[in-house]
Formats: sequence, C-alpha cells, structure tokens
Amino acid sequence: MSKRKTERLLSLVVCLLSSQRYLTATQIRAAVPGYPSSFDAFKRMFERDKEELRELGIPLDMGTNGPLDEEYGYRIPRQEYMLPDIRLEPDEAAVLTLAARVWRRAELEGAAAGALLKLRAAGVEAEETSQPGIEPRLAGEAAFGPLWEAVRDRRPVTFSYRAFGRSEPQQRQLEPWGVVNRHGRWYVAGHDQARDAVRVFRLSRIEGPVAFSGPRGAVKVPDGTDVRELVAEWDSEPAERQVAMLKIRAGTGFGLRRRATGEQPGGDGWDLVEVPFSDSAWFAEHIASFGADVVVSEPADLRDAVITRLKGVLA
Amino acid sequence: MTSPRPVTTSSDRLQRLLALVPYVVSRKVVGLTDTAAAFGVSERELVDDLNMLWCVELRAPDPYCPIDLSYEGGEIVVSQAEQMERPLRLGVDEASALLVALRMLAELGPVAPVPGLAEGSALSRTIAKLEEAAGEAGALSAQVAVQVDKNAEENVAAQVREALASRRRIHLSYYVPTRDEATERDVDPMRLLVVEGRTYLEGWCRSAEAVRLFRLDRVLGIEVLALPAEVPEEADPRDVDRGLFQPSPEDARVVIELSPYGRWVAEYYPCEEVTDIGEGWLRVVLRTPDSEWVRRLALRLGEDGRVVEPAELAADVRREAAAALARYGSGAGHPSVPAGEVS
Repeated sequence: MSKRKTERLLSLVVCLLSSQRYLTATQIRAAVPGYPSSFDAFKRMFERDKEELRELGIPLDMGTNGPLDEEYGYRIPRQEYMLPDIRLEPDEAAVLTLAARVWRRAELEGAAAGALLKLRAAGVEAEETSQPGIEPRLAGEAAFGPLWEAVRDRRPVTFSYRAFGRSEPQQRQLEPWGVVNRHGRWYVAGHDQARDAVRVFRLSRIEGPVAFSGPRGAVKVPDGTDVRELVAEWDSEPAERQVAMLKIRAGTGFGLRRRATGEQPGGDGWDLVEVPFSDSAWFAEHIASFGADVVVSEPADLRDAVITRLKGVLA
Repeated sequence: MTSPRPVTTSSDRLQRLLALVPYVVSRKVVGLTDTAAAFGVSERELVDDLNMLWCVELRAPDPYCPIDLSYEGGEIVVSQAEQMERPLRLGVDEASALLVALRMLAELGPVAPVPGLAEGSALSRTIAKLEEAAGEAGALSAQVAVQVDKNAEENVAAQVREALASRRRIHLSYYVPTRDEATERDVDPMRLLVVEGRTYLEGWCRSAEAVRLFRLDRVLGIEVLALPAEVPEEADPRDVDRGLFQPSPEDARVVIELSPYGRWVAEYYPCEEVTDIGEGWLRVVLRTPDSEWVRRLALRLGEDGRVVEPAELAADVRREAAAALARYGSGAGHPSVPAGEVS
C-alpha cells in the first residue's frame, strides 16, 4: 500500500490533534505535506481522507472559531479521541487476553485484536499466556458479520432462509434487535416485517448473503427487549412432562437408563424402565436410535411415533 | 498479535503508527525486539514505522516536527509526542467484541479452572473497567449475548476444577453414546475446552494412551485421585482452531441423503461434501471411524435419512429396523407398503 498516503494521513491526524482551533481546508493544505497543488484535486483527496479517518473511528469535528468566521474548519477533539485511562492488574490483563482468544478464527478476531493493541498501547501488559488452562472459542458463521453490522447500525436486512423442514428457502425481511449464541449456535431475533411479528432465526439456516434493506438508524429496538429471553423461549422444549414405560434389553439402553426414575427386572432378559420426557418427537427419535434393544410399552402415541420412525427406515 | 496479517493496508498501518507512540510512552523505554513482537511485525518494519513517525513535519503556520524519538542501541525512547501520547479510543466493534467475550467467560465461571475466572472477581473488575473506558462504544455488546451450556453437574465441574488446579489424576466413569456404554478410565487432565457451547475436558487417557476429549455432561462419576497427573511429552493438545474433530483419511466414507427434516445433520456434524439434490434434500459425505454411530443416526432419522454408502451398513440399518418393528408384534411388524415397493 501507498507509503505516501500513510504519511499524509498520519500528518493530518497529528495536525488536527495538535490544534485547539478549527483549521480551514486552506490552512490544512498549507500545513500537511503531500496534497496536490490544484485546489480541486486537493478537495477531492481531502474528502476521501476525512472519510478514511472516520472509518478508523477518529472523531472529526466541524465548526467555526467564532461568529465572525465565514469558513468552516476541522479539528480532532482530544477528549473524544483519547482512550480514557485504564489500568489493569495482572489477573485482569490475563482475563482480557483470554477474552480476545474467544474470537479466534471467527468474525470479530480482527476487532478483538485491534482492541487489545490499543489497550497495550495504553500500558496494559496483556501478553499471550501459553497455558491458561482453558480455551474458549465461538464458532464462526457466514451471516454473523453482516448481522452484527446491522444490529450495530440499526439497519433492516433481507435474506433467504430455509426454515426447519422446508424444501425451499424463503426471502425474509427483518429488523434485527440482537444476536445470541445459545448452546453453541448463533441466532438473530427481531421484527419480521412481512409477518409483523417477533421472529427468531438460526444463522446456519440463512442461505446466501445478508443484504441491508434500509438506512442506518431505521430500526427501533423496543424498550425492555431481552434478546436472550426471546431466543430462549423460541428454543425451549415444551414444558409438559410425561413418563414413558420402556422395555429395555438387559445390559443395553444405558443412555435411557441414565435418565430413568424407576427400573425393575421384567424377566426373559428384559428390564422395565420408567423414563420421563417432555419433547415426544425428539424422544421417539432417540428411542428409535436404540433399535431392537428398546420397546415402548406406554404411552401409545410415543409407541406409534417410534413405529413410524422405524417404518420410515424401511420405506 | 501473533496472527499474521495477509495484507497490510495503509489504514492498518496508520492504526499501528497511532498505537506505537503511546505504547512506548506508557512504558518509557522499550526494546526494539519486544516491541516488534508485540505488534506482530519484523524489526525492519518497526524501524520503518519509527522513521515515518520521526519524519512527520507540519509546514504551517511555522514548520515543525511534532514527534521526536530515538532507537539507538535497540531501545526506543519517545522524547516528544505532542498530542499522540494516548491511544485512540476503542471502536464499537473492538469494545463490544471484548465485552461479549468477557461476559461469556463470566457465564463459564463455575467450571473454569483459571483462578480469576473461578471467583469471577478479576472478571467483573475487568468488565467494569473496560465498560468505563469504552463508554458508548460498549453499548452494542448488550445486544449480543453468548449463553453457555450448564448441563454438567455442579459436582463434576468442581472436581474437574480441583484436579486441574492441583494437577492430579482423576478416575472417570464416562458415557459413550455411540456405543451406549459406561466406560471406566484414569485420565491425566490437561485443560478445559469450551467450543460450540459445550465444555470438554482434554486429558491423557491412560487406557487409550492417547489425548481424549470428555464432554462434562457425559461424565457419570468422577474421583480426584491422590496421584499426580503425568501427561507425557508426546501428548499433543488439540489445535482448537482447526476444529475439535478432525476426520482421519482412514475413516470410513459414509454417504447419507437427508430430507428437509434431516438437514440438521449437515449443521451438526462436519461434512466432507454437501450437495443439494433437489426438493430440499441433501446428500452429505461424512468420515467416521465408528459405523455404530451411523447406524444409530440412521435409525433416529427414519424416513428423513437414507444411508447410501457403504451398502453393508445400509443393509444393517434396515435389518435392525425390521428386528425392532418385529418386537411390536403383528400389525407393526411389517412395513405397511406393498411388497413390490420394498427393494
């Protein structure tokens, strides 16, 4: 990349930071080396430079030094530019380094590394420890980056989504309120514009790109919204608990016996085992996975569901 | 910053230059070598950066050089830095990335062996300090949350923590779902992994004589032994960033077709290939050393999954399903489809 551009931007930052007063474009051009001699070419380049500084998060103020000033000027307000004082004890710095590792190989890896760099520049001694005894990681997901941006900038989005069991994906329009990772999977919750209702989507079921469908600031998150709660409700099992009576061949079905509330020998090498469950669709699949080692006695609908599963294998 | 950056853009470099001055100023004197390592650049690149900073010149109203520094004898000293002695404040992405991660660690508290995490005090202090330093930039982190499974029993977590802290061997009674059995083994604990929302103990399994992962929610019983953990030299910790489960080329190749209701398999297990075969169906290729696991998966899937390869395994699954149906007696014993359609 261009060394001259870096030099120019660096000088521009130093120039705007060291001045208490607003500097006009003409004054900036006189002070900062590297701008072209034609005023129009300078203006164009200066506009791009300002945009670049803003993208880096450098605050740029526009204003005049007094009521008599005719031309607007620019400056970088120091209080807004500077990272406030932060001092971390060694154990706190260790925790911070560990936190930055959570995003490794995921979308915010660069952001976490950038934050750590600034904190180190502020004097924090956050060194990579080789043996922290724990390695936490978050999974990456293609749709995460654009949705994070959408939540950050309060922009509505549109994407193609394949709901569970659907043979075709559908286009959805969402005002995203927040992103949640639950049991290792990413979800986005918000207001579905077409259905005019609160909806939760799993990121792994989004197909193709996530596109912004409105301007920044267009999304209003209702007061008191708890996105964790929304995702938890969407994801949770039906609460009603039932009890199944199962015949399990002796010495097998250990995964079911772990959850048993009652167990007695039933003769002929079979045991009668009482197992509580709440999600009958899931439980039927679970029982089917044990094949001929487990037979459902009761309830009848669970028994039928297992028989349907097994017939499905042969279909 | 040990991760290599593939492309250095001028804005990357500008950020580094803006961080470099305060990095030196806050430490008064720093070595060239250490600083290069801290910024993930070569010493040569670092010297280029220092020269660029030193050469900054403002021409008006009076020409002057705002930054004065030296790096003689391999030691960097900044003697004049004007308004550059503090780093730029944290951006929204930066502050929120760290805060989301810190709050995730706070959720882990009870299982974590790191002293600061176990009590949570260092964590809550760090979160408070970072929130204060970040100001508004940290607000987004309230809209992004990570919840961690707490399926492991309190007692298991406590014992694992104790074993890791005191570096002692443990005896594990561990449930292996693919074989549907409880196994007994001695393990020398290495560390905890928290990946995709699950907590695993990584340790040297003395029965397998290999590094193994144990999901804490599958631990049936645990005892911390009065013996020191002896993790041998050859015990290689897993490279978490490459994925926990690396299929080996010797593993059997399994091809399964999945209905729209069976597609979750492709989300849950690492697949070598995923092909859309129309009407919402997928064909996936998996590698596994464990055909028993595939057999159970196929029985679970029912009509939502079809094992295509290997053929013996497909036949085995059908045999098992037929045997299971036979246990439900007549009426359920045979598939209710015309005989001609059963291949």
